[in-house]
Amino acid sequence: MLSKSQARAFFLGGTVVTFMAFIGLTIYSFRPQNDQTHHDKIDAQVIRGKHLWETNNCMGCHTILGEGGYYAPELTKVVERKGEEYIKIVLQSKVPWEPNGRKMVAYAMNDEDTQAMIAYFKWIGGIDLNGFDRIVSPLSKDKQ
Amino acid sequence: MKYKSQKVAYWFFALCMLLFTLQIVYGFIMGFARIGMDGLHDFIPFNTARAVHTNLLVVWLLTGFMGAAYYIIPEEAQRELISVKWAYIQLISLAVVGVVAIVGYHFNYWEGRKFLEIPRELDYLVVVNVLLFLGLILGTLFTGKRKTTTALVLSMGLLFAALLYLPGMIWFDSQVTDSFFRWWVVHLWVEGVWELIMGGILSYLLIKLTGVDREVIEKWLYVIVGLTFLSGILGTGHHYYYIGVNKIWLIVGGIFSALEPLAFLAMALFAVYMYRKGEKSHPNKIALFWTIGAAIVSFIGAGLLGFAHTLPQTNLYTHGTLVTAMHGHYAFWGAYAMIVLAIISYALPNITGRKRHDKTNGHMAFWLSNIGMLGMTVAFGVAGVVQVYMERKMGLDFMKVQNEISIHFVVLLLCATLFATGITMYIIEFIKYGKPSDEAMTTDTH
Repeated sequence: MLSKSQARAFFLGGTVVTFMAFIGLTIYSFRPQNDQTHHDKIDAQVIRGKHLWETNNCMGCHTILGEGGYYAPELTKVVERKGEEYIKIVLQSKVPWEPNGRKMVAYAMNDEDTQAMIAYFKWIGGIDLNGFDRIVSPLSKDKQ
Repeated sequence: MKYKSQKVAYWFFALCMLLFTLQIVYGFIMGFARIGMDGLHDFIPFNTARAVHTNLLVVWLLTGFMGAAYYIIPEEAQRELISVKWAYIQLISLAVVGVVAIVGYHFNYWEGRKFLEIPRELDYLVVVNVLLFLGLILGTLFTGKRKTTTALVLSMGLLFAALLYLPGMIWFDSQVTDSFFRWWVVHLWVEGVWELIMGGILSYLLIKLTGVDREVIEKWLYVIVGLTFLSGILGTGHHYYYIGVNKIWLIVGGIFSALEPLAFLAMALFAVYMYRKGEKSHPNKIALFWTIGAAIVSFIGAGLLGFAHTLPQTNLYTHGTLVTAMHGHYAFWGAYAMIVLAIISYALPNITGRKRHDKTNGHMAFWLSNIGMLGMTVAFGVAGVVQVYMERKMGLDFMKVQNEISIHFVVLLLCATLFATGITMYIIEFIKYGKPSDEAMTTDTH
């Protein structure tokens, strides 16, 4: 029958081994040759776009890379699906954008911020998502 | 109650009740918005309501864990808290940071990072607050007469929860890297160290409620938390399948996250077995209901419903849909909300000296909230599965699908009303217990 010290050894040993494996896999994932994001294409505009994404909590309604609020559409591949002009109109609208009756906050963004958001979405759209991009991507695009 | 300083826990539990109430209010705002009733949009848009709803969840659970620690640690260490005054200061500062964050969310003062919306400036205050809390708990534990496994596991969970908050404070230019390390916080909290906290509280409650020998319970506690980390740490990989990192996570995450239900199964079997093995008939039946309930519901919510969409082949379609909301609601409810309600139910009679622990209201609160939450989970699940088929399989537009599934949110709101009724009854009972009393020192016989 298992003793308490054996149970403690199982806990401590298992934790240390799996945590070390986790750290190792993290390092492996971020090696340059394993990059699936075109990290070198992240420029000042993309960073500005990410900052705007966060400061406006877009993720509170939308999803990106499948993560977010599930209240508004997934925005991975949005440039491919909707086009830059459509995104520009939505972000610069001074009244809440209201497609199919669900309201979006009116951001009334200026040109500079709008271009940063588009650059951010374009960079996101280029990421290799292990197949998820093919599930998300064709949806609305086929319906246009 | 054996030590006067345990009374501090009461005020943490009271703050819990307040924050939990607010969380439910914001949940209703979101639910109504989903069926088109978004009259509050100009003041509380959905993203604000969501940030408040999820952050209140995190904060009230953490407040509950802290209250549990302030109640359990003195008894386990067999000494008073090292400083009651600083514990109250910690409570007040926690409440102030929470209020500033929640109010700030209504004025765009936030970071749009799911679950970690608290702005960086406030993050530093959170760190100071948690360090103070840990100082008090660890100081009490290590200057006490004994260091039990239950107390060590609980304290270890709280310490690791604090450490794991740090990766979430680092700025990354890449959305992918940001997401990757955000899960270090969120996943390793809820599917890792929070389970240590849950295990510690569960172990304490089982010792008290069943009378089973401490050595037996604590031995199995090690096995359960061992299984938790063995599967949960590498199980983080299920968040990495489709966010733009290496395919190796499809294999690692798939295998280890499939093992995650084992820890919850072990916890459920452990609780039920200890209950049946116990010879003690504790009068606090309500605490017993919440304790055993937490172990069983967490297995269903976190274990089974998590497993339902954790394999990469399934998650490819369910990732980013309401299926996640289904799993999330029942998992948080079973694993963490119920265990906090369990320790509150156990502690209240001992802190206040009033033995209201077998009132009909208390039982009604348990059943109504559980039936309500089960109904909400089913509504989310049906909406999620329909969404997957219509949007991901048939290729229909997001908003068209949302309109099709809005009926399920009507059902969700009805079930949420039942849930809220149960929680209201729980809070009424909490209020009826009254404030802590020193007389409780003599009336506590357990």
